[in-house]
Amino acid sequence: MTASATSPGAHAPASRRLRLPFSAWSMAAVVTALVLALPVLVIFGHVFIPAGEVWEHLRQTVLADYVTNSLVLLVGVGIGVLLIGVPVAWLVSMCEFPGRSVFQWALMLPLAMPAYIIAYTYTGILDFSGPVQGLIRELTGLGYGEYWFPEIRSLGGAMVMLLLVLYPYVYLLSRAAFLEQSVCVLEVSRTLGAGPWEGFRRVALPLARPAIIAGLTLALMEVLADYGTVAYFGVSTFTTGVFRTWYGLGDPAAAAQLSAVLLSFVFVLILLERWSRAKARFHHTSRRYSTLPRYRLRGWKAAGAFFACLLPILLGFLIPTLQLGIWAVQTTDQWMNPRFAGLVFNTFWLAIAAAIIAVGLALVLAYAQRMEGGRVTRVAVRIAGMGYAVPGTVIAIGIMIPFAAFDNALDAFMRDTFGVSTGLLLSGTVFALLFAYAVRFLAVSLQTVEAGLGKIQPSMDDAARSLGLHPLKTLWQVHMPIMRGTLLTALLLVFVDVLKELPATLILRPFDFNTLAVRAFELAGDERLPESSSAALAIVLVGLVPVILLSMTIGRSRPGQGAGQEDATDEDPGRRPRSRPLAVPAGTAVNPSADDPQDR
Amino acid sequence: MQVPHTPLLDLDHVDIGYDGRAVVHDATLQLPEGQIGCLLGPSGCGKTTLLRAIAGFEPVMRGQVRMHGETVSEPGYTVPPERRGVGMVFQDFALFPHLSVGDNLRFGIRHWSRAAQDERVRQLLRLVGLIGYEPAYPHALSGGQQQRVALARALAPRPGLLLLDEPFSSMDVELRGGLAREVRQILRAENTTAILVTHDQNEAFAFADRVAVIHEGRIAQLDSAYNLYHRPANRFVADFIGEGTLIPGMVEPGHQVDTALGHLQGPLSEDLPPGTAVDVLVRPDDIAIDNEQGEVRTEVLDKAFRGADFLYTLRLPDGLSVLCMAPSHDNFVIGEHVRLRLDFSHLVVFSRESGVDCPAG
Repeated sequence: MTASATSPGAHAPASRRLRLPFSAWSMAAVVTALVLALPVLVIFGHVFIPAGEVWEHLRQTVLADYVTNSLVLLVGVGIGVLLIGVPVAWLVSMCEFPGRSVFQWALMLPLAMPAYIIAYTYTGILDFSGPVQGLIRELTGLGYGEYWFPEIRSLGGAMVMLLLVLYPYVYLLSRAAFLEQSVCVLEVSRTLGAGPWEGFRRVALPLARPAIIAGLTLALMEVLADYGTVAYFGVSTFTTGVFRTWYGLGDPAAAAQLSAVLLSFVFVLILLERWSRAKARFHHTSRRYSTLPRYRLRGWKAAGAFFACLLPILLGFLIPTLQLGIWAVQTTDQWMNPRFAGLVFNTFWLAIAAAIIAVGLALVLAYAQRMEGGRVTRVAVRIAGMGYAVPGTVIAIGIMIPFAAFDNALDAFMRDTFGVSTGLLLSGTVFALLFAYAVRFLAVSLQTVEAGLGKIQPSMDDAARSLGLHPLKTLWQVHMPIMRGTLLTALLLVFVDVLKELPATLILRPFDFNTLAVRAFELAGDERLPESSSAALAIVLVGLVPVILLSMTIGRSRPGQGAGQEDATDEDPGRRPRSRPLAVPAGTAVNPSADDPQDR
Repeated sequence: MQVPHTPLLDLDHVDIGYDGRAVVHDATLQLPEGQIGCLLGPSGCGKTTLLRAIAGFEPVMRGQVRMHGETVSEPGYTVPPERRGVGMVFQDFALFPHLSVGDNLRFGIRHWSRAAQDERVRQLLRLVGLIGYEPAYPHALSGGQQQRVALARALAPRPGLLLLDEPFSSMDVELRGGLAREVRQILRAENTTAILVTHDQNEAFAFADRVAVIHEGRIAQLDSAYNLYHRPANRFVADFIGEGTLIPGMVEPGHQVDTALGHLQGPLSEDLPPGTAVDVLVRPDDIAIDNEQGEVRTEVLDKAFRGADFLYTLRLPDGLSVLCMAPSHDNFVIGEHVRLRLDFSHLVVFSRESGVDCPAG
């Protein structure tokens, strides 16, 4: 027989009792999860530390403000994103009117616009010295204080800014839900005499409700995580409170305790999202899909639909981008110089490094789960993916406290024993920053990698191994080449998220280390809005790339629609029915635990 | 070189399971070199699990798996699949979509010299009738072509044992029998020892020298196709293989069984004393419609046209029904009364006292 067939004989009796090295994979998953959970564990650890004076002071003075403002912001933005997101989603998926095919992707454009950037931009537009008030004064001849104009730097202003850029979450998920609904269900409702409006109210909306709630919770998590907007508008919320306690009052423990309160808000949202998604799974009673005949709108109805879809795009993307563009043209000296190039370079390599780390960890976790899907591994992977819900501010505090403690302890030890100061080894270095990004954005890469890996049927692994390949080599030679596109997508998504990230970068960045986001924030904070535009515009433009990717996948998100397209790209005919229509792409940081396609 | 009579594959009282629960119980079988075996059974019977344990994907809970006399699996020890020298063809083929046909074939022989690889690829493509397809990618091939590439890829490293997991199940029914024979010829040409897993008995009969019928995780019978049909060891095999009916009867002296069909005469499959209550297996070809000489009056309950013959369901006077195969030139109508002639060469009987039987081993 062949040599390979007898190679088991080469096994010495000593190693005979060794089990397969499967536990190595679950070990890797558990270690990764523990490391990534460190910041949150640190924050919650501080709940058990007796509250100090500062906490007492906070509780008596500002805590009520933080809670009230955060809650008002949540409720206001929540209502706003629902009122915008659901109707436009229904319009573009169920109705036919001029511009519909453009709107269905253009409505996602505000995703590219970070809230803090739209906030500066509108401040520039609507301020006393801005073009709008200038025009009013010119037309009416009134002077300062002689007419009423809404103050944008307010709680209400922050609310509007946030809902303008966050409604796409609700739009995306509810649109996907509307598209996934079986035509049969809707047709039945029509044969039973329900008109378009009644069909929407009594069938489509209840069926889509879990997805709408999931979208809402994602938007609200962003509201809780927002720092740039509220800080710029001077609104006291949890995130600004954490910053103030950390920097102003210099009390890490109190900052951590405040973060813990913020986290408890987040966990309520996570539970809400889990619950809604669990419900969403049971909603497909019929598996028949066909192209949905849309209601054709005419006349004033068509015009109404057109403007209803145009307005959010106009306000959430076109106007601010135009304003940024105008400023950027006016301030060419700001960005046509080596300093700005250095800034871009700095930001890009940081984002690339973070993306590679996040995707690498995601590969380890997802592959561990594939190799050995035991409960321990599964739980570890879920924990590692929780960071998407944790505000950057909280992650930064949770990293800063243990890193600073380690640095101080090591420094003190080295000084005492060797008389040398080691200074800052972990805190205040790029390492801390990269760690924070990995915690925050692992979920983004994990979800993408999991989806890609899930599409490769398990027999592919078995085939490679029966042809003599070790599991690690299988990952390298079979999975990674097949998933090349997926991996690039995951890299890109993390890259863009890092580019936009502000609060964690502000806290953790090394001294004199700037990114585009920090630079834009600082310049805007110094009332140098036009000068900040170049950095902001760069972020927005790069942020457009994943939105374009999203719009490309969403075109074929309906089962039965564009199915031929999907077949053409799908290279393996024996694919098992485990891959779902990619309705909600990973860029939206959707909870990765939502899908556990376990088919055994 | 080989020790004489060492079977290539030797399963010795093997239990396999997930999470401490055995799915396959006490599997014992040997496969001599050059033979083609088959694991046949309904879905969920454990046949795929058994195959995966042979391949090394699943550990065994009890017993041993030996190849060439060398232990490759026992509790706590599993030689991983990549070091077993076992080829495998998968139900969904699992061709690597990012590699061309040629590179798929080369995958398992990547350590060979380039010239040897080229020679082997050329040889295999000729063998499976795909000359010229080397640069093609899997998605450009038809299902049958992909199947042959999968087979060639598994054969490339000249595995000592080839495992085929329902390789024809995604094919059109009309193609299966032909493909099974074709693959058998290829395996013969390569002198490969192989095990096929299938739920389709026609496929198993067309393909294998020996068939293990698996029922609820146990090997119910390991035999040739002829014996499985004509000498089923237990009720499950009698029922699962071919068509037929079990009718109650009583053993009488002189190799006779008294049944609703009358006194059946023939050697009994089991040596049971007179007076034993038994069930007798009646195959559709054991009885014939013969209105001239037939003795048993029956009524046509149902019939299925199958081309060359009809399969009639006939009701006996006492209400039992039996299946009967008859040439299709006579076309009896439902409700018509016909007479049956008995044509038993031997009697397959199962004692009613022993209840539901599975082989005790």
